[in-house]
Amino acid sequence: MSDNNEVKSILFAGVGGQGILRASDIICEVIMEAGFDVKKSEVHGMAQRGGCVTSHVRYGKKVYSPLAEPGTIQTLVSFEKMESLRYLGFLKKDATIIVNKEEIYPPAVNMGDSPYPFDAIDFLKKNYSKVISLNAVELAQKAGNIKTANVVLLGALSNHMNIDQSIWQNVIKKSFPEKLVKINLAAFQMGINA
Amino acid sequence: MRDFEITRKIQSLMMEVNLLKVLMSGNEAIARGAYEAGVRFAAAYPGTPSTEILEVFSKYDGVYAEWSTNEKVAVEVAIGAALAGEKAMVVMKHVGVNVAADPIFTVSYTGTNGALVIITADDPSLYSSQNEQDNRNYARFAKIPMLEPADAQEAKEYIKLAFAISEKFDTPVFLRSTTRVSHSKSVVTLDKPEKYENKTCFTYDAEKYVMVPQNARLRRVEVEKRQQALKKFVENFPENRMEINNQNAGIITAGMPYNYSKEVFPDYSYLKLGIVYPLPEKLIRAFASKVKKIYVVEELDPFLEEQIKAMGIKVTGKEIFPYNNEFDPGVIRDSIEKNRQKAAVFYKEPLAPRPPNLCPGCPHRGLFYALNKHKTYVHGDIGCYTLSYMKPLEGLHSCICMGASIGMAHGMSKAMKEKGKGKVVGIIGDSTFLHSGITPLLDMAYNQSDALIIILDNSTTAMTGMQEHPGTGYTLMGKKTKKVNLKDLISALGIDNIKIIDPMDYKAASSAIKEELANEGPSVIVAQSPCILFKRANIKPKPPLKVDPDKCEGCRACIGLNCPPISWKKGVTKKGSKRKGVSFIDEALCNGCGLCAQVCKFGAIS
Repeated sequence: MSDNNEVKSILFAGVGGQGILRASDIICEVIMEAGFDVKKSEVHGMAQRGGCVTSHVRYGKKVYSPLAEPGTIQTLVSFEKMESLRYLGFLKKDATIIVNKEEIYPPAVNMGDSPYPFDAIDFLKKNYSKVISLNAVELAQKAGNIKTANVVLLGALSNHMNIDQSIWQNVIKKSFPEKLVKINLAAFQMGINA
Repeated sequence: MRDFEITRKIQSLMMEVNLLKVLMSGNEAIARGAYEAGVRFAAAYPGTPSTEILEVFSKYDGVYAEWSTNEKVAVEVAIGAALAGEKAMVVMKHVGVNVAADPIFTVSYTGTNGALVIITADDPSLYSSQNEQDNRNYARFAKIPMLEPADAQEAKEYIKLAFAISEKFDTPVFLRSTTRVSHSKSVVTLDKPEKYENKTCFTYDAEKYVMVPQNARLRRVEVEKRQQALKKFVENFPENRMEINNQNAGIITAGMPYNYSKEVFPDYSYLKLGIVYPLPEKLIRAFASKVKKIYVVEELDPFLEEQIKAMGIKVTGKEIFPYNNEFDPGVIRDSIEKNRQKAAVFYKEPLAPRPPNLCPGCPHRGLFYALNKHKTYVHGDIGCYTLSYMKPLEGLHSCICMGASIGMAHGMSKAMKEKGKGKVVGIIGDSTFLHSGITPLLDMAYNQSDALIIILDNSTTAMTGMQEHPGTGYTLMGKKTKKVNLKDLISALGIDNIKIIDPMDYKAASSAIKEELANEGPSVIVAQSPCILFKRANIKPKPPLKVDPDKCEGCRACIGLNCPPISWKKGVTKKGSKRKGVSFIDEALCNGCGLCAQVCKFGAIS
């Protein structure tokens, strides 16, 4: 843990149903186990039904606000390609961006009223120096269950967090019913290697 | 919240004595705090962002917790328990307090005997609500003290303080949360629960509890005495606290905006109010004497600001801060430090919005698609189905509050007479119908209009996450119970034309609607099909459907269902056809409900 009271922020973004809230729960437990103060914030309810979902996670020696100020977020984990573009105003200039290549079209795109930003990842790479893109759905399938894509992304995120691997693994073990632990640990490893 | 998660968490809370620090949402912390305070009785009606409080509380050992049919009933249930000497908690979202206002205003006169804490979970920014009302106004209006925590740790402590104040002053007490407090998680230190002893008994005191005019006039005087006593109490209440740092600038605030302010202006002085009503006038004057420039940082109404200005103290509030939406650190900085430079990266074009949608396989979808063909005016209600108002379904045309659809349909039908015949519909879910739809349907049967009411019976309270209600046959505590028979109930209200249909059968649904619209007098259709996410319904997913690209003519009829797995790809043409693109189905999302196959005229989906 650093000595100064620098508060770090991670932003999770994606589409309702992708397991974002579960993933941000897991990371908060990990951060707490690692000895930090942590707060996280998201909105339940309407957002679950296929709408945009975001979760702010903030940690440090002492955290006041569960929401980050625009321009201050160090890490963005986007569970969907287009959603990675929606919250750029929150990011620091030198932010790390982890983005899942999955594309989920909103109704306006399906109705032909609006284009889908297929070049999102190229755009991010042009504007940010640390962009990691991966196909979390495919890796989750390889791990044995398509629904573990969120844990694959946590694996990729863990590479940038400097928290002991054993803490991650313990929290993952506690976070799922026993029969799902092995698959989730495999998914986590897939993310680390991606 | 998932049952598995709640049970796991509470088991670990009760078993591991050494586990002192846990991560909790504000709602979980309120439940925990109530339990620690020796509360064993609670009632609520689910509503975002308050729902998890009772879900979690109900899992603790030795408690009684119920989903009442609506918020007014929940308050009355809790008053009954309090009059027997219990500490009773009642929980609702902000608009639920409107429903419950009648008993709340008068229990303020009678006092509570035991203890009564009313939790109001407000929703600044309207994440899941029809309005953005600031329920701090209820505290002043009903002369009831109100506490407001800023995070989960405070939520746990403040609910305990709320019960203590209720007991000490024989008054109901409000605890106000907001979406951001209820749904943010932070580290909470646990305490040992107080020992509970059931001390319930009858306390006869007609002058205090029978609110006829002559008694109520006397109680009215007692309320003012209590107000004076509370005003003294809040001056020394430790959670109204001063932090003197910078003497040039300071902030008076409460609840979540305190955290945002501390984040952006850590060196300012603070007066952080734990009780937002009544206000500690002396303490505020003391703060004003120590700090030159004072901002009042509060979301929504200038509730603190107006009272402080009425004390003759100069503060800056809504002159610079917004009236609407929740705050965040950025809003507070931008309001105080005007004209800041912002260097942000933006994508080259605006992004398509991604509104919430009905789930794949949702039974409401077919009903709205069928209803759409009949060119009616549809009054909607509060539930998942409200989402159908958007393009392309455009399934309903008004929505005001819980239970309103029926009265509004009846009123419109009466006003339009012949012009409205066969064209006015009210749509309401099963839980919402049982919450506040029964009395308007009785009114409609009594006063006889030609409107058609459709009850979307998906066997659960889906919007807030599958809560039980009187139509499900189970209680919040998981006990099997009497299950109301909707058809018998509707018939007993005096409705003769009642039809039960399956909304997943598009053609049958459409012809039933046509028939009932043509009927003289009031009609009711009950569209029965369980929510696709409802575990107890045990819906076995069918194999996902596929679009045959050789048969698809690209007409977009299936796109009109707005089902999440169905997309349309531009530019995939076909020889001998005018089509400009083709539909396809995302197998990972489709659960094979078959509705799209029913609406495809070319037999391209199977």
